[in-house]
Amino acid sequence: MKQFAQLIEKLDSTNKTNQKVAALAAYFAEANEKDKLWTMAILSHRRPPRPVNTTLLRTYAAELAEIPLWLFEESYHIVGDLAESIALVVPNDFHTSEKSLSTILDELILLKPQTDLEKKEYVQRMWMQLDYYSRFVFTKLLTGSFRIGISQKLMTKALSQVTSVPPDELAYRMMGDWSPDSTTFEELVFGRNEQAYVSKPYPFYLAYALENDLDELGDVADWVAEHKWDGIRGQVISRKGEIFVWSRGEELVTDKYPEIAELVNFLPKGTVIDGEILAFIDGQIGLFNDLQTRIGRKSVSKSILQKVSVIFKAYDLLEYNGEDIRALSYLERRAILETLVMKTNHPALHISEQMQFSSWEEVASERKLSRDKRSEGLMLKKKSASYQVGRKKGDWWKWKTDPLTIDAVLTYAMRGHGRRTNLFTDYTFGLWQPNETGEMELVTFAKAYSGLTDKEFAEVDKIIKKTTLERFGPVRSVAPTLVFELAFEGIAFSNRHKSGVAVRFPRIHRWRQDKTIEEANTLEDLKALIPK
Amino acid sequence: MKQSDLLIFNSKGIYCPKAQVYIDPWRPVNKAIITHGHSDHARYGHKKYLTHHSNVPIIRHRLGDINAQGISWNEPFQVNGVRFSLHPAGHIIGSSQVKVEYKGEVWVFTGDYKTEDDGVCTPYELVKCNTMITECTFGLPAFKWKPQEIVFEEINAWWKSNKEEGKTSVLFGYTLGKAQRILKHLDPSIGKIYTHGAVENMTEVLRPQLQLPETHLITKDTSSKEIQGSMVIAPPSAHGTPWMRKMVPFETGTCSGWMAFRGARSRRATDKGFVLSDHCDWQGLLQSIKESEATRVICTHGYTDIFSKYLREIGYDSSTENTDYEGEKEDTATTETIQSA
Repeated sequence: MKQFAQLIEKLDSTNKTNQKVAALAAYFAEANEKDKLWTMAILSHRRPPRPVNTTLLRTYAAELAEIPLWLFEESYHIVGDLAESIALVVPNDFHTSEKSLSTILDELILLKPQTDLEKKEYVQRMWMQLDYYSRFVFTKLLTGSFRIGISQKLMTKALSQVTSVPPDELAYRMMGDWSPDSTTFEELVFGRNEQAYVSKPYPFYLAYALENDLDELGDVADWVAEHKWDGIRGQVISRKGEIFVWSRGEELVTDKYPEIAELVNFLPKGTVIDGEILAFIDGQIGLFNDLQTRIGRKSVSKSILQKVSVIFKAYDLLEYNGEDIRALSYLERRAILETLVMKTNHPALHISEQMQFSSWEEVASERKLSRDKRSEGLMLKKKSASYQVGRKKGDWWKWKTDPLTIDAVLTYAMRGHGRRTNLFTDYTFGLWQPNETGEMELVTFAKAYSGLTDKEFAEVDKIIKKTTLERFGPVRSVAPTLVFELAFEGIAFSNRHKSGVAVRFPRIHRWRQDKTIEEANTLEDLKALIPK
Repeated sequence: MKQSDLLIFNSKGIYCPKAQVYIDPWRPVNKAIITHGHSDHARYGHKKYLTHHSNVPIIRHRLGDINAQGISWNEPFQVNGVRFSLHPAGHIIGSSQVKVEYKGEVWVFTGDYKTEDDGVCTPYELVKCNTMITECTFGLPAFKWKPQEIVFEEINAWWKSNKEEGKTSVLFGYTLGKAQRILKHLDPSIGKIYTHGAVENMTEVLRPQLQLPETHLITKDTSSKEIQGSMVIAPPSAHGTPWMRKMVPFETGTCSGWMAFRGARSRRATDKGFVLSDHCDWQGLLQSIKESEATRVICTHGYTDIFSKYLREIGYDSSTENTDYEGEKEDTATTETIQSA
């Protein structure tokens, strides 16, 4: 555990990618096989199920620290991270545990079915026996949230240094359905287990946002454009008579989308298609918000299926006749894909239309139509490009539509998390609406916690403290004085929100210091933005 | 607060109505007893400053030509029949607690304080009282300091390993107090110690009172090459300024109690955080309150609401008072707040 905790501490204490890779590589060179495998699993978000709920963890910690629960909760609000709070408050006098990472994880798996008393006894004993950082990491494993900014790219780079297996190959090997129980480090990194490969998706090729002028991309004739559909990016895999639908988050979602799973009888074996899972209502592409009614559901009822059905909009073909064709050019892959989709002729499989333009101006005007076509903008793809691994610059660019914006008033503030735990950086915003008596009042419509610079956050933080009306734990209501322009990607009616409107990816676009709160927008203004 | 209280809080500061004297006032007054030299406690514009001898050169350096009178520890003085005395607070050099006595009733204002002996300033002295006015900058159970020997071992080891990699170590700490505490415990056998101008000036003022290792001021003539592998002590405000260019390649470290939080560390964008504070941790606060035998506790700055709620729960008559001592300084990411922690 100590070794793993030291790795996390090193990763945590540097912002430099090279140092992170070096720390990971050094760890992979030293750690035992089982610990390495678990580390790969944890850093790729494959964790054992949470053995103890966090409410219990809080009471265990407060008891061990001999403080009342409310005081622990207050500390947690200020620290901002549960595992860190626990590691800080519990007494730490003797550090005797020499258990390895994998031993502890095995214990955590066995802990799940045990009684509360046994859980408490185990967890408190471990806290006492681990040093500060190990205790923090151990508790992170217990709470199941482990975000330390290690991308797949970083991990495969480090692993590659140690194993000499190329990073792209490693990225592929680490995809899909495996756990430390089902494989070994040796097998995962070097082996070839046919069964494990049946469901394995390819690493997604992802685009960066367009940075420069279109002209700098060169001749428009070398490029094609597609709409960037607003659903869930996914891969449909048809191999050996089985079908698998993977989301980009590496989640197997076959059961959630029976319409797509039906393709098992229509697609030839040895086919992998990259595309977008989209809501489809009355013969028209739905909004992301419509898809949301399907995302959360494990089992799908008939009525839901009728209300919101889904389709798979195909972007690209990665495997054909059992052959990995990612190295072919985009145009070559596309040609096969188009024939395939046509021959398959299934209502759930659509092709994402490919567009060629004779000038960049035409591309720009097509982008303006995106919102009407219910897409998020355009994807620009080079005709000669192979299908690459991960987020790469050069051959693919995404060019999203400009966000929708509205001026709103800050009404509540909460302490931030992570590096902002001591600043009020999480804000709630309201828009004007007349109440029963016709007076204008602010109705909450969105929360946002990004988009300002550190300096702006510090300034806003100061104003929040001066204008606080009430405190509710970590949240403060503030006298309305501040106006911000909020940007968001999508908008739809919603009966889950008090305002009756749901916006997607709201963030602060800029601080409108030039505007008074009376000049902020009304809820009516916001509703006028909803596509008809 | 009651009108009969020995000390009250008004718009100018902590006030003793019977003696007509202020302690650490934040508006100009006639007579001010000053606990220590940090800028939120020792402000400009008072007609007369009463403070410990060791603090006199500090506030003269900071505030210029002021009317300051030095007083010794445990040397009572009377003002309008009220008895005052200063007692070591262990926060920084010359930092005092102020004891106020009248007709058998004893109040103590701790100023900023810490219970650990830092080897630089006179260690904290326990003063018994009926009412204690205490700071609680780190009044949360999440704060638990390691003994400073361990922290300085970490700092020296960090310096050594940076040096081996050919890198300069830049360590940030408040100019007054933290910088000298760091200097005192650095291991000069590792290499040379350089200073930022602000640190050098303050250290120069304090050298007559302290035994500190040799330091070299970084000037515009200092070459990048000669600094390489050395230790550089700088105020946190120097972080990210062009002044740092000369230190490339460097590793940065910050010494502060806030470094106990991972969030604070990344917010400061510092490579390494050393948890080293000149304030009490949670247990330090509780223990000094307990040993003072006070029954009433007034909390001034820090996590006042939470801390005094807890004190009430364990049986104290506890309340909070607003002061200008950097109110919620944990909440603002400005340089000044992190400096004074």
